[in-house]
Amino acid sequence: MRSLHVKILALVLVLIGVGLCYYKVTRLGLPLLPTEQADVWTVEARIEFKARRNTPIKAQFAIPRVPAGYTVVDENFVSSNYGLTTEDDGLHRSAQWAVRKAKGYQVLYYRILLARDPMAVPLPVQSAPPSVPPPEYPEVIRSAVTAVLEESKSKSADTRSFSREVLLRLNATTPDANVSLLRQDVQTPDDWAELIVSILAGANIPARVTHVLLLKDGARHADLTPWLEIYDGLDWQAINPQTAELGFPKDAIVWHVGDGPVLDISGGRYAKVDYSVTKHTQEMTQVAEQRARQLGSRIMEFSLFSLPVQTQNVYRVLLLVPVGAFLIVILRNVVGIKSFGTFMPILIALAFRETQLLWGVALFSLLVALGLAIRFYLEYLKLLLVPRLGAVLIIVILLMALVSLLSHKLGFERGVSVALFPMVILAMTIERMALVWDEMGPKEALQQGLGSLVVAVLGYLTMSSKFLGHLVFVFPELLLVVLAATLLLGRYTGYRLTELWRFRAALRE
Amino acid sequence: MHWKDRLLPWRRLRNLGIMGMNQRNADFILPYNPRSNFPQVDDKRLTKELAVAAGIAVPKLYAVIEIEHQIEQLQELLAPYAEFVVKPAHGSGGEGILVVAGHSNGRYRKANGRLADKDELGHHISNILSGMYSLGGRPDCALIEYRVNFDPIFSEVSYQGVPDIRTVVFRGVPVLAMIRLPTRMSDGKANLHQGAVGVGIDMADGRTFSGVWHDTMVQHHPDTGGAIAGLQIPHWDSILGLTARCQDMVGLGFIGVDIVLDRDLGPLMLEMNARPGLSIQLANKIGLLPRLDRLARMAEIPASVEERVALAKATATIW
Repeated sequence: MRSLHVKILALVLVLIGVGLCYYKVTRLGLPLLPTEQADVWTVEARIEFKARRNTPIKAQFAIPRVPAGYTVVDENFVSSNYGLTTEDDGLHRSAQWAVRKAKGYQVLYYRILLARDPMAVPLPVQSAPPSVPPPEYPEVIRSAVTAVLEESKSKSADTRSFSREVLLRLNATTPDANVSLLRQDVQTPDDWAELIVSILAGANIPARVTHVLLLKDGARHADLTPWLEIYDGLDWQAINPQTAELGFPKDAIVWHVGDGPVLDISGGRYAKVDYSVTKHTQEMTQVAEQRARQLGSRIMEFSLFSLPVQTQNVYRVLLLVPVGAFLIVILRNVVGIKSFGTFMPILIALAFRETQLLWGVALFSLLVALGLAIRFYLEYLKLLLVPRLGAVLIIVILLMALVSLLSHKLGFERGVSVALFPMVILAMTIERMALVWDEMGPKEALQQGLGSLVVAVLGYLTMSSKFLGHLVFVFPELLLVVLAATLLLGRYTGYRLTELWRFRAALRE
Repeated sequence: MHWKDRLLPWRRLRNLGIMGMNQRNADFILPYNPRSNFPQVDDKRLTKELAVAAGIAVPKLYAVIEIEHQIEQLQELLAPYAEFVVKPAHGSGGEGILVVAGHSNGRYRKANGRLADKDELGHHISNILSGMYSLGGRPDCALIEYRVNFDPIFSEVSYQGVPDIRTVVFRGVPVLAMIRLPTRMSDGKANLHQGAVGVGIDMADGRTFSGVWHDTMVQHHPDTGGAIAGLQIPHWDSILGLTARCQDMVGLGFIGVDIVLDRDLGPLMLEMNARPGLSIQLANKIGLLPRLDRLARMAEIPASVEERVALAKATATIW
């Protein structure tokens, strides 16, 4: 009956754990494996202007919507005493900083972290079918425009090829007279893009200037690059205003769409925007985590990633302890290995994480051996139990310091990490081992000591697994499965592996 | 033999009815031994008091040492007794037991013939008090009690120390018994894993089978060479009755009861154990499970001690 209860409870726990995990993997796209690193771009826009005296300041700055092919990992605004609002009208997104008054040069920052992510779903774009106002060219220009358009028309089939033809003609290395005339007032790439838009309008083709930011690692004082988009009757099609190549450049994000100004400041002068781009690598998991957050799932509210990084690191270790505990349950109740203290080997294994395995085992054995020798001497002095325990603890710490010092002097830097051993645990181990040695003989003591060490090493090997570490941190609900297995083992009444050896006399007949 | 039984050792153990540690804990100790009753067997002083109240014969308690300060008066305290045993009230596995076979001029002769002075004895008691032998290292007290003059029937088959009879009692019915004979290796202790010889006893008539020493079958005591098998244990029925009554005394369903045979006083209950060991199965070459299962299935166990002893003898035919 009780057994059935445990089984049902375990089943429920497994269902919850696996169900949650399944949902996170399939719906939220969290990776089951600790996958490789992803490139993360940090784009920073620095806005600088001089405030006018005693005037309210309002700065409207265009910021990117979720760019296609990228995931926003993080986004923040730095603006000391400014009020901040963001707006998204379905096509443009902007940040608006406002302050009642300010003095001198003002600096505002906008920072966005992007990761390349082919799975990212771009935000839906809302834009009405564009209408083209009939352009009004100056007298001289009109004939040139008409000539260019006419020539292109004869060499193209549809809107797209026509636009390409116009652009190729305008960008020709040896321009004809018409093109030279059109080009003569163009000073900046922006002018050029706007010119093309107005020329295409003459052929009733809707076009718009779009500003993109090229993601180039280490770029400072970068600027937005004007790009061109034409409407081919169905969709907007990006095109390079210089080469007439279709599409946006590789490694670029759309910053601002349309003619409106990228930065609009009232109450300030000498406005200037500087863009800088840096690239670093980040774990894919974190990128996936951010993406999941953007999907707005409630479950992500309870993600460990939302904790401060320092606490996260603590939990990365803590969440492995249940796995170690489960290992102990198996080793003790199914295998039947004897060790000092129930979970002591886990603490030793945690220390091994810092010292590395070989050094850990060597230092642990050395400390226990030295401690035991001294403990036997203390036995000879006939001390009371608690003072003797205290003496052992003091000696263990002194030995640790000594080993650290010696190995440092000898140049074994690893030996210094002996300080990470849990010394109270060490002292207790030495005391227990000495008692067992006295009462049951050195064989039993060494057996149990070796048992503890084997369990600690196995625990270390399990707990240092990258894969397990990733699983328990990203999917802590899987620990419910571990709990379920532990509960089930709590009702395990089969033999222990070592009992097969213990009862071998009975088996022999 | 079925091929699976040949290949899979655990199936053979299961067929032999041998109980493992996990099963003992999960199926017998947890359901039959309420935690709240454990102190009655873990604290030997309390066990002794309960036994005296229930009229169960135990070695007489001479003195209890509870605080360090009392050790100073040890000599005066022990003066009237030529022989005595010092043991921790919360000891387990025979640890911390010191047998004194005589003393003169402040020197104590231990059972193994070595001499100990007053300080050594005091240090031993002080270790007991500070919890060296108790579970979890909790402070303990030391009991000083009557040293059993063991029945000469065992003198041929034991090397120092006191041989004792371990009986496993389930629901008030003794199911399996063995006699534990100290050897030179076990240093006078009656603990099988320390090297004592375990000898199975036929529950029906109290005759010994052959013994087991470590994992080998022995017919003779390894140190004295005395024959082990076929010994008739005296007072067998009263031993069974004594163990059956222990269950009522402490309210634990699955216990081990240790009995010693005194030359003059007959069977005395030495201590009880709420977590009886499993080696008794090896000594008897019988698994506990068939008998335990039979008793567990019984709706009611007779209340009278005589009926339970009869039931124990009937159960003994189950293999």
